[in-house]
Amino acid sequence: MSAPILTVEDLRVDFALPGRTVHAVRGVSFEVRAGRTLAIVGESGSGKSATASSVLRLNPEPPASYPSGLIVYEGRDLLRLPEREMRDIRGDQIAMVFQDPMSSLNPVRRIGAQIAEVLHRHRGGRASQYHDDVLAALEAAGIDDPQRRADQYPHELSGGLRQRAMIAMALVAGPRLLIADEPTTALDVTVQAQILDVLADLQAERQMALLLITHDLGVVANMADDVLVMRAGEVVEQGDVLSILTDPQHPYTQQLLAATPRLREETPA
Amino acid sequence: MSESRVLLRTVELRKEFPIRGRAPMVAVDDVSLQLRAGETLAVVGESGSGKTTLARMMLGLLTPTSGRVEVNGRDLSRLPAAELRGLRRDLQVVLQDPFSSMNPRMRVVDIVAEPLVTHEPQLRGRGGRADRERQVAELLTAVGLDADVASRYPHEFSGGQRQRISIARALALRPEVIVLDEPTSALDVSVQAQVLDLLSALQAEFHLSYVFVSHNLAVVRKLADRVAVMRHGAVVESGPVATVFDHPSDPYTQALLDAVLEPDPRRARRRRTVDVA
Repeated sequence: MSAPILTVEDLRVDFALPGRTVHAVRGVSFEVRAGRTLAIVGESGSGKSATASSVLRLNPEPPASYPSGLIVYEGRDLLRLPEREMRDIRGDQIAMVFQDPMSSLNPVRRIGAQIAEVLHRHRGGRASQYHDDVLAALEAAGIDDPQRRADQYPHELSGGLRQRAMIAMALVAGPRLLIADEPTTALDVTVQAQILDVLADLQAERQMALLLITHDLGVVANMADDVLVMRAGEVVEQGDVLSILTDPQHPYTQQLLAATPRLREETPA
Repeated sequence: MSESRVLLRTVELRKEFPIRGRAPMVAVDDVSLQLRAGETLAVVGESGSGKTTLARMMLGLLTPTSGRVEVNGRDLSRLPAAELRGLRRDLQVVLQDPFSSMNPRMRVVDIVAEPLVTHEPQLRGRGGRADRERQVAELLTAVGLDADVASRYPHEFSGGQRQRISIARALALRPEVIVLDEPTSALDVSVQAQVLDLLSALQAEFHLSYVFVSHNLAVVRKLADRVAVMRHGAVVESGPVATVFDHPSDPYTQALLDAVLEPDPRRARRRRTVDVA
């Protein structure tokens, strides 16, 4: 098995609110390897998103703080990296896709220009020299007629196309790790299936590591190699997808599975 | 089930929205459906399929362009205002978002009592207070909440608890039909399971019929007796859930079913790297 690209060790995340401190993540450890997908699954308030945004240090500090933990990427602890160096990693080596593309895309800039901006930021030169890279990224994200889409504004695209545009933006710099936080939750089921296919194909082609944050065990079953189940900031169970979803040991995982409605009656494969 | 009477029927129901300079947008395209007493009719479709517009017309909240909605044989759009008010008692709704569907400045007791106050004059004001509070307490108990939550405000409750409050409000007038528009879509799965169980229990206890609007086919399978699949405003296929889901006759229904992700890695629709030991 490949060496881990990212190692998270005993991560704790606190949020200081007026009058109290929320311990959102209470000692989480995991590894993500090249070409593999780790799904962090949990319900609201489980700490799964706080964990994901900690990797790129996207939680504003304060109110967020990290009382303990290591997030090791290429021998460096991201939790102790100066913001200036963190910016070089974000979007270039580690990229992120969010649930709501409308809040991640700039509404007043054309799609193509926003994608070119990523390369301009990390590679320098003029944004215009990245035209071909932008089209290639849009095409890789499964967008037909990339030239036309590059010239459009976010509001001119459907939800599914916006999510593809965001995937193109995340992948244009060729990151080694992609963090996808509920990437298909806002989408219709048929579009969800297409977007997950795009992510899985790109990951296989590029041997990227994928950290997938989701509440949906259906998405987990179809995408993940490894699973980490979180509740109230803690890991309740982790392991390979087959054992976690077919033979869960922890009562909470069992309860989540039992609560997930199924289309077909449960029969052994 | 086929013997029970038809409570609600849509007959070639159509809704067009005019668009300046262009042909009108057909949101609901000649839909004819029946809801029988005691059954759950699911309306499924993706965004833009017209399912919510259809639900709003069933509730008399939106006037059809053509066709009609019949409740107990009476055409909703041709009723005098007074009779329409009476008929609305039999027809209640639970909406998707338990955060925007109640007034944050009202206490739970007043939220749940609002339909009673609207429809039953003797329950208004100081004179009706004792009876009103007794009925609210019964309703809250029926949906699995403590009666003493009545004095609290919506922000003090979780999404699942708020949805129970919405259900209590919908039950207040003892309706025959409740339209459930994505009632569990905003909830966590474990909470969703509890609310679905509650809806099933209440259906039996109060002899309710549900119109269940949803995009989630697995939830529909759990709750519904019959299902209508909508696309671009039209019903592409309808029938008993088991028939439609196990033997879909329309390619769009098949595509929808194929897109559902089951929580079972052994049956995943795509698996690239699974290490089958």
